[in-house]
Amino acid sequence: MNDMTPVAPEITASENGKPFKLSRRGFLGASLGALVLGVTLPAGLARAQAAAAAVTPGTRISAFLEIRPDSTVLFRSAFIEGGQGIFTAMAQIVGEELDVDPAQFVVEGAPPGPDYLLTGGGRFTGGSMSVRMSYDAMRKLGASARHMLVEAAAARLGVAASELSTEPGRVVHGASGRTLPYGEIADAAADLPLPTDVALRDRADFRWIGKPVARLDVRDKSTGKARYAIDLKVDGMLHAAVQHSPRLGGEPGALRNEADVRGMPGVHSIHRLPGTVAVVADSWWRARMAAEALQVTWAEPARGTAHAMPADFSTEAHMALLKATPGEGVAYETVGNAATALGGAARVVEATYDAPYLVHGQLEPPSALARWNDDGSLELWIPNQAPEMFQAEAAKVAGIPPEKVTIHSPMLGGFFGRHFLYQTANPFPQAILLARAVGRPVKLIWSREEEFLRDTLRPMGAVRFRAGLDADGLPVALEAVAVGEGPTGRWFGRQPDKVDSSSVEGIAGKVYAIPNRRVGQVHVDDPAIIGFWRSVGHSMNDFFYETFFDEMADAGQQDPYELRHRLLADSPRHRTLLEAVAELCGGWRRGPFTADDGTRRARGVAMASPFGSEVATIAEVSLRSGEVVVHDVWVAIDPGSIVNPAIIEAQVNSAVALGLSSALLEEVVYVDGMPQARNYDGYPILTPDRMPRVHVRIVESGAPMGGIGEPGLPGVPPAVANAVSVLAGRRIRSLPLSKHDFKGVDG
Amino acid sequence: MELTINGSRHQVDIEPDTPLLWVLRDELGMTGTKYGCGLAQCGACTVLVDGQATRSCVTPVESVAGSEIMTIEAISEDPVGQKVVEAWVSNQVPQCGYCQSGQVMAATALIKQSPRPSEEEIAGAMVNLCRCGTYNAIAAAVRQAAEA
Repeated sequence: MNDMTPVAPEITASENGKPFKLSRRGFLGASLGALVLGVTLPAGLARAQAAAAAVTPGTRISAFLEIRPDSTVLFRSAFIEGGQGIFTAMAQIVGEELDVDPAQFVVEGAPPGPDYLLTGGGRFTGGSMSVRMSYDAMRKLGASARHMLVEAAAARLGVAASELSTEPGRVVHGASGRTLPYGEIADAAADLPLPTDVALRDRADFRWIGKPVARLDVRDKSTGKARYAIDLKVDGMLHAAVQHSPRLGGEPGALRNEADVRGMPGVHSIHRLPGTVAVVADSWWRARMAAEALQVTWAEPARGTAHAMPADFSTEAHMALLKATPGEGVAYETVGNAATALGGAARVVEATYDAPYLVHGQLEPPSALARWNDDGSLELWIPNQAPEMFQAEAAKVAGIPPEKVTIHSPMLGGFFGRHFLYQTANPFPQAILLARAVGRPVKLIWSREEEFLRDTLRPMGAVRFRAGLDADGLPVALEAVAVGEGPTGRWFGRQPDKVDSSSVEGIAGKVYAIPNRRVGQVHVDDPAIIGFWRSVGHSMNDFFYETFFDEMADAGQQDPYELRHRLLADSPRHRTLLEAVAELCGGWRRGPFTADDGTRRARGVAMASPFGSEVATIAEVSLRSGEVVVHDVWVAIDPGSIVNPAIIEAQVNSAVALGLSSALLEEVVYVDGMPQARNYDGYPILTPDRMPRVHVRIVESGAPMGGIGEPGLPGVPPAVANAVSVLAGRRIRSLPLSKHDFKGVDG
Repeated sequence: MELTINGSRHQVDIEPDTPLLWVLRDELGMTGTKYGCGLAQCGACTVLVDGQATRSCVTPVESVAGSEIMTIEAISEDPVGQKVVEAWVSNQVPQCGYCQSGQVMAATALIKQSPRPSEEEIAGAMVNLCRCGTYNAIAAAVRQAAEA
């Protein structure tokens, strides 16, 4: 999602299964350059909220900061913590300017509200945007609050503000040696006007920004004290479990053993909901036992039901369809004339690549806790990455105005793109209906099996490549046609004559100086409910491109590292990064070579430009009994400038793990419209024994700040696949690697 | 049925085949132990039963009546658990944190049984899934806790 600009011209309320349509009019007036972002919430709502409150997001200090009497700080974050470290980063950024040690911060997710619309006029945690989109505003917020504290101290001490300075957590009058803790003057400061212009701290004087500040949530998460949505409880609460229609769109008909199930222990009531049967009980285990015991006759979807899963759908057939769908598609990126250059090339290399559906697989199963209050308002505790969007949708489901819906956004047990407003993949509409039906609060949890049935999928994709080489084996033309559907178009509306950037990012936007290029896309509707998955289109597109790059290099008898280096001659930022990763791994060598332990190894290299950052990755692999072993992954990442190097290193480790998991193991298979895996036993994810050592180098080029949560991922699958291809002696054009037979090529 | 959890006795009136996990979470309000898969695949529900790392999501509660059950709620009161927690904090292990109760319990069980575990023992004991991929930090923290 490098470019998340929604394309639809008009705003409409979202309908079940239909895209959200946003308007450019809802964005901030000022252009944000290439990164005009509007994924946060329906822009009509953004306007309504902004108009109602007439606040400039990110400026009203009381919405964010509460300085307590003990001078600790309660900070309400516009962004939701899901492991990416955003709460700590916010404390560092605000604390730096406020002059409070980040360790003195308690951070929580902010409720819906106009103050928090910090991502392009809306609010959204994702797209690796949180820090880079709010960095300036949050620094100013902290600096403004400090200014007001100093003014309040000046009044209290009867001295000029110019005589005062601050130390962490207190104002100091140097001449007299008197000090005032922030907590003692916070109330007085709150009554002062917001300064119109405050000086920000010089970068050279940073104490916390740019430093490996300890995360604020680590101790609670190491002692079981962190509370996730699934852990919450309110008075009088009942528990609910569901059995979903095996195929989306099916509706519950007869419940053949309803009376028996009603008599099961703890069962309160049985409910038919859209596409689902639910059991409410006095504990979740009893609810689940009962929900699974229900013998349901599922009615096939009515004709024309949006996004109904066809009964004959299979991933195998859909992949065949993608590969067989002809055409050059709608052009997205055109440089020079690829067709002419291909016609004149000494040699043409052609190949088709593909990648499968993936699930998010976050370890916290989805849940929703709903409570209807006596005044007719609704309170929801729900994992989410966009509180205002969920508020608007919940209001529609509940049939009440959005302002009567309170959204609590707890810590997320895994992010990865799972917590967008996906409607059929969100349990909260069911919880709202159940809580109303039983007249008591209800906490609904989806079992892992129900989650596998309704999670949105990283789309599958296929790409046809053609490259033209000159007589020296150097590429003069590259043509790529991506076939499939991207999630941004699915959820924000797609214009038939335009390419959804999420379907081509990572094929387009590459940095190599190939003089003639064309990237096009052929849209094919995806019958599944597709969604955003960490690094979105890049999660597969950089695999396609960077492995085809090696194929092209091999055909021209070029070393893949040297060819990249050569094609980056005029891109110093990227060339520096490529050299950095080579240096980090002790010097590039492709192999095969024999390691000290006697294994036969090879290395692969890949580059990616995701989410405003630049990344170069090298992986070293061997094969053992036909299984791919990844020993080391080296990552050089240039996010321009940084806030917390320790969190960056952790995020790169995490991205390597997820990227490797997808490359090695992951594949969602549908047969007869149903997923074949319903738990981790049928959908293996990366286990500890397959985790490589990860080596990270951060390069701060000074370029505009880029993202961190996702950029480490896209280079991993191609770096690994390129290395495996060297050992196997054949190109790997399809993921995951586990479906390839490498027996007989061990070192 | 009577359960001994973290040194305290609890009376529960529940179907005997109910998984221990749900007795802890829903009957006793001890939500530090997590539900991840329900199939003993992920290990987020790991507790100690008589010192053994046990996946509570597939452990019928009747099978542990009479056993000493230890959950993450008591981790800081246990000398080994305390070392593990400090190692977790100093290695900044958690990301989303959801699997970490189970990881900490698995590490505590390992070090209780093998105070100086070999790399093979660590690999053999630390098999819980982490979707955030904190595996390297987990291994480093286990080594540190064992040396503490």
